[in-house]
Amino acid sequence: MLEEIRNNKGMQLVLGLIFGIIFGFLLQKGGVSNYDVILGQLRLQDFTVLKIMLSAVIVTMIGISILRPSGLVKLHVKGGSLKNSILGGLLFGVGFGTLGYCPGTIAAAVGSGNLDGLIGGMIGIIIGTGIFASMYSKMREKKLVTEDRFSKVSLFDKVEGNSLKLTVPIAVVIFLFMVILEIAGF
Amino acid sequence: MNVFRLEMWSPYVVGILIGLLNIVTLIISDKPLGASTSFARTSGMVRKLFNREKVEKNEYYLKVAPVIDWGWMLVVGIIIGAFISAKLSGAFEVIVVPNMWQAEISSSFFLRFIIAMFGGITLGIGARWAGGCTSGHGISGTAQLSILSWVAAVCFFIGGIASALLIYGI
Repeated sequence: MLEEIRNNKGMQLVLGLIFGIIFGFLLQKGGVSNYDVILGQLRLQDFTVLKIMLSAVIVTMIGISILRPSGLVKLHVKGGSLKNSILGGLLFGVGFGTLGYCPGTIAAAVGSGNLDGLIGGMIGIIIGTGIFASMYSKMREKKLVTEDRFSKVSLFDKVEGNSLKLTVPIAVVIFLFMVILEIAGF
Repeated sequence: MNVFRLEMWSPYVVGILIGLLNIVTLIISDKPLGASTSFARTSGMVRKLFNREKVEKNEYYLKVAPVIDWGWMLVVGIIIGAFISAKLSGAFEVIVVPNMWQAEISSSFFLRFIIAMFGGITLGIGARWAGGCTSGHGISGTAQLSILSWVAAVCFFIGGIASALLIYGI
């Protein structure tokens, strides 16, 4: 039954749209479709972005821990290398601070009426990904895009037995961090 | 249904619901939330209009095909969902220059568009280089305890904080 739904391409397109509508609704209600909120985070004045991300990480992580043993959910860990993550990540960050939206929140920003997101940012991101596609072969040759021993590695595969003994302590640390943020007045 | 008309929800409630959504998409679609790949697919679709052969031979587009898929529909959905949410609360407003930018930098829409486009290009290259964005690495990847996603997410914020402080001052 589940396999049938997953393999039904037409149905998956509709489901993608429905999940996107829910995601966009939540991003807008969370305020992260707003440039000022995202820049508030990057200027370390308002921690809304981090609070949303970390709460989502706790729930997803614990959910995977509980559901993965039954085979209901599978991991989809990205390939790559520390080099890709660090160089690409820093470059992404510079763009993130300059644009004031990221690929998900810019779609939410456009939906809530931000023209700088549509005309400036979205077109910019499409151009940027297009430039990367053109440089991809060269970057691989020059070893700027690589795969290393961390490619597709998840700590979920490193724990023996129930993964909750790893994910619960991580969730507690993240939770305490958010408590400290609240106490500090952010 | 008043709760849907509220302008803002608690970030913790929103985060928990996004987490639950992520679990549901993993179960029903066997895919985690992510957004940046769809922009790469779109770039391929646009370039195909001008030079079909070049796109078909491009090594990257062979991996990330320029087609409409689940993730592409997800991004379309985000636009619609945010629009519905903003309309319900009355927060929908056509904004050309964001408030903070206008108050502290400039009210020129031309300058804002140029800077936004520059930021978008930089972000687009970085997202595909790192292999994901704030959702794909920052939420879905970190929750799957991927080491590369944790490193990427930290770098997103280091770069973001640095550039925000450069633009606005400390």
